Amino acid sequence: MDAVKRYFRSPAAVFGLVLLLIVVAMAVSASWIYPREPLALAGRPLIWPFSNPRFLLGTDNSGRDIAAQIFYGARISLLIGGVATAIAIAIGVLIGAFAGFYGGWVDNVLMRITEAFQTLPNFVLLLVLVAVFGSTLTTVTIAVGVVSWPAPARLTRAEFLSLRNREFVQAGRTLGMRDLQLILGEILPNALPPVIVYASVVMAVAILLESALAFLRLSDPNVASWGNLIGLGRDVLRVQWYVSAIPGIAILVTVLAVSLVGQGLNDALNPRLKGR
Amino acid sequence: MSDPFAAILTLDGLSVRLPPGADRPHALSNVSLSIAADEILCVVGESGSGKSMTASAIMQLLPNGVSIDGGRVMFEGRDLAAATAAEMRSVRGAGIAMIFQEPMTALNPLRTIGDQIGEMFSIHSELSRAAIRARVLALLEDVRIPDPKAAARAYPHELSGGQRQRAMIAMALALDPKVLIADEPTTALDVTTQAQILKLIRDLQTRKKTAVLFITHDFGVVAEIADRVAVMQQGSIVEQGDTASILNHPQHPYTKQLIAAVPPLTSPPPRELSDDAILTIDNVSKTYRTGGFLGRGARVTPAVKNVSLKLPRGATLGIVGESGSGKSTLARCLVRLIDPDTGSIVLEGKDWAKMTREDVRRETRHIQMVFQDPFASLNPRRKAGDLVAQGPIVHGTPPAKALADAKELFALVGLDPSASDRFPHEFSGGQRQRIGLARALALHPEVLVADEAVSALDVSVQAQVLQLLAGLRQRLGLSIVFITHDLRVAAQICDLVAVMKDGEVVEQGLAADVFGRPQHPYTRALLDSIPGGDFARKHEAPSFAR
Repeated sequence: MDAVKRYFRSPAAVFGLVLLLIVVAMAVSASWIYPREPLALAGRPLIWPFSNPRFLLGTDNSGRDIAAQIFYGARISLLIGGVATAIAIAIGVLIGAFAGFYGGWVDNVLMRITEAFQTLPNFVLLLVLVAVFGSTLTTVTIAVGVVSWPAPARLTRAEFLSLRNREFVQAGRTLGMRDLQLILGEILPNALPPVIVYASVVMAVAILLESALAFLRLSDPNVASWGNLIGLGRDVLRVQWYVSAIPGIAILVTVLAVSLVGQGLNDALNPRLKGR
Repeated sequence: MSDPFAAILTLDGLSVRLPPGADRPHALSNVSLSIAADEILCVVGESGSGKSMTASAIMQLLPNGVSIDGGRVMFEGRDLAAATAAEMRSVRGAGIAMIFQEPMTALNPLRTIGDQIGEMFSIHSELSRAAIRARVLALLEDVRIPDPKAAARAYPHELSGGQRQRAMIAMALALDPKVLIADEPTTALDVTTQAQILKLIRDLQTRKKTAVLFITHDFGVVAEIADRVAVMQQGSIVEQGDTASILNHPQHPYTKQLIAAVPPLTSPPPRELSDDAILTIDNVSKTYRTGGFLGRGARVTPAVKNVSLKLPRGATLGIVGESGSGKSTLARCLVRLIDPDTGSIVLEGKDWAKMTREDVRRETRHIQMVFQDPFASLNPRRKAGDLVAQGPIVHGTPPAKALADAKELFALVGLDPSASDRFPHEFSGGQRQRIGLARALALHPEVLVADEAVSALDVSVQAQVLQLLAGLRQRLGLSIVFITHDLRVAAQICDLVAVMKDGEVVEQGLAADVFGRPQHPYTRALLDSIPGGDFARKHEAPSFAR
């Protein structure tokens, strides 16, 4: 509970949490505030924001309500961010834990594979995966998760390397624990805090990766996402710049919120590192 | 008492405030001390007594959030407590120098020893490079480092612990400071090295007439080196006076208690030992090989060489030796944390050296280990009760019963059973060691391997834990392998002693024989190196339940 208290002592962390809660509230209330299909035609195309009370944030080049797309897009961004992060952390922790705990050839093999993934620019890898498996929401989410695991894997491995020879792990061994009990029960809980903090970075990157895909019109076109809206706005960027700018601000705010929360978690979970 | 006019450094009612939320409001309260030129003042106290904080306060090197809030530090007519950062820089090193406990962390690993000592001159003087080099060599000769020229070119990791500490002393003495503050300078060293370093500090001090403020927790060291003693408890000085009167006629109850807890060198009368050996170690060897490719260029370190020992049922076998003697490797071979290369370890008719990992896992309740570091050996994220119940649960005891048993074990090792749902960080070092002991006992082992189990504890706590161990041995019929570097501790609790050096057992026998009539020259050297040996021999043995 100390960690919670420390978290709320930092104004930046609380600000991040408030922003994140606003985004979550948008996602939750989307279908209640905008009961109509967000991708349906709603009015004249390219209405400027604040000029028509029916479309507070204006309309895009095909006459769809931008505000509705922003609200529904929050769902997609959070969904992709959350699920892809879960996938990346799960793969990363699994590989990092085994590599760090067993060392030797297991470590060598797993780390060479990790490096192979790391040397490829992950966006290029993402493009390849989407090109091969198609761009539905499911494949995009899984693909973003699959390209994001190497960094958490290295982090977990480093934690395991430093923890596996601690006396409390040796004590567990002399008590007769199996390797799996040592990994899950003894080492993992102690290795997890930095990984949880890093998850916020992975989530921010996952949201950006999806937007980048959508900007290239390679994401799922059948859902209202911020990236798709930016991609559409590209055609009218010179004059009706707001079509791209509004979802851009939404992405900026979300990523900022996630990183502030991550930084706050870091300070709360590792209080001794703060103030250095 | 010394002439107050000759005092070179005087602390006058010094108080140091701790940040809110610490265990007490003041790290130091109203500390008054004075050191005259040409004397060694020992400040003794247990951990947390504020003795190191005194040194930091003098040097104005207090940690963040901690500040002086009263009193003066008078040095050469100036009050250091009110000195500016620039003034302090000219005092540190030149006026007051300091040596630390761990020379490896106090030296910069990326620069040579000669460079680092020479830096003292390039900062505080205008000497030429050649002159500095000559001074550095002279200093290294002064501290009697073997081959000073090579040592000046060496990096810290290339020297042994004792040589590094000598280099630190050379650095501290480079500018002939008036006062030398030594903060536990020999605590991290082996006993024979410690004896050499203490002698060196004594010699240099007499020759250069430096005032030395020597901080230590060890009354043996005090007996060896101090002219005067100040005893600290909870941030205040409870008693000070000259060494002989403090050691022989302590007045304050805390001093009496500390001195009574000092382990004596005289071993208690031998007990009757069983003829039946519960654990037989026969010709065990373990060699480490590192690096190398296809057998070439590998570094081979024989850690344990052909060790054969017998542990009679119900007895305590002490394995003593300095760091690197292989005693910890041997202990880890016994519980199979390390696989021995050759030899046999027979416990209850089974050869532990040759069992498969799975068999070891199943049989592990017969032999359990207590670890050295009370902070590192308990998983910080488990409650104390869970830690103790873990072992039985792994071996199939239902969790509810294991937790109930854990409470009984808490009572057995002298802890409050209701404390079992607290986390390890809420306990003191001695209490944590009791939790570690309860965890090992939870599996009802026949043999307990204690690896430096009391080394990290303060003397008074150490005495309590030893007493507990001796009592448990009696009540539970335990046989104990007790590994320690401290011969005084071994003398008190062990029936049999084996002395290890470079992986080999050089001498073994009944404790009284090994300590009373040592045969091997190395054993004799070890015994002679014990700080305050005469004091320790005169000292009365505390009555352990034997």
